[in-house]
Amino acid sequence: MMTTAQPPGSDEDLFASLLADDDEAQRRLHARLVGDAAEAGILDVAYRTVDSPVGPLLLAATEKGLVRVAYATEGHDAVLGQLADRISPRVLRAPARLDEVAQEIEEYFAGQRFAFDLTLDFQLSQGFRRTVLSHLPRIGYGTTATYAAVAAAAGNPKAVRAVGTACARNPLPVVVPCHRVVRTDGTLGQYVGGTEAKKALLSLESAA
Amino acid sequence: MTSRPGATRRLPDVRQEPFEAIVTEFGPMVLRVCRAVLGPADADDAWSETFLSAMKAYPDLRPGSNVEAWLVTIAHRKAIDQWRGRARRAIPVADVPEAAGSHSSTGVPGTWDSDLWDALKALPPKQRQSVAYHYLAGLSYADVASVLGGSGAAARRAAADGIATLRKSQLVQTPQGEPR
Repeated sequence: MMTTAQPPGSDEDLFASLLADDDEAQRRLHARLVGDAAEAGILDVAYRTVDSPVGPLLLAATEKGLVRVAYATEGHDAVLGQLADRISPRVLRAPARLDEVAQEIEEYFAGQRFAFDLTLDFQLSQGFRRTVLSHLPRIGYGTTATYAAVAAAAGNPKAVRAVGTACARNPLPVVVPCHRVVRTDGTLGQYVGGTEAKKALLSLESAA
Repeated sequence: MTSRPGATRRLPDVRQEPFEAIVTEFGPMVLRVCRAVLGPADADDAWSETFLSAMKAYPDLRPGSNVEAWLVTIAHRKAIDQWRGRARRAIPVADVPEAAGSHSSTGVPGTWDSDLWDALKALPPKQRQSVAYHYLAGLSYADVASVLGGSGAAARRAAADGIATLRKSQLVQTPQGEPR
């Protein structure tokens, strides 16, 4: 055989043109999978992130509604792992499914929205904690309530510490306004996104 | 199926990773396999059907499973479905035909959907599958055999024969990257 070609290299060389990453194809196919999965009714948890003055927020929704909002301090990957564990591992990044939520959150941080008009899925909270969370939207924009007052409103005036726990474990911070619950002595108290974030939200609301 | 050491990196208290992580990690591998086995025209459809089926079944996948082998098994079945679909649409022939008129390749020499696909599609299906599942998906020959049926030794032979043919055709057709 009269060939002057170099001897063949490794098998990887043979497939070099197939082994190259094709990011454009992955994006196209991912978007198609999101659509197909939603149509088949198996997109159990859709998520995206949105930038905010208190850092990037993770937003996750089931077919029933918004199920989780998470600060970066909680670790977005860890939160997605918990959602896979507690709700379903059929989790996909699907920004379009959360466009409405993202828009309301952006309006809120721009000082243009004083209440959220979103369907919420409270499945990550049970019992008294859920009762507490359901009372929080009644604390109006720009105002605060004490843990004791919320405990009384939730029907158990002695459960002040339980209210604190319910707020600390609020799966829907910002949207369900646990940041408006403060201590009786006027200090801010703990917050799932950190005290600085709580301060930022309250000063945003008092300025509007 | 065997499980590789690298496949058991999840935390003990987390049963399954979010499916998004599976798509991110293995999506490119499955696309390469679909392209190598089915060609450019049908690879996207096969990828989409593979991941939709995988997502449906994912909650039932046993923790610690070899995810690559699981996905390749699903992709393999989707490829067979596509071949059967083509055979119903076209005149049946002994070898795996390429769907007439559906070729969407760029035809640019040196790109995978030109020279490499021309060489791959000339291989007998079993050789092409063995090459794709071992060299592109990274499955062991034992895992290739569990996907294809037959023995690991047979899978190794089919892959070796396929690689030898590919090398020859690459050398003859495109010495040092020159267009033939």
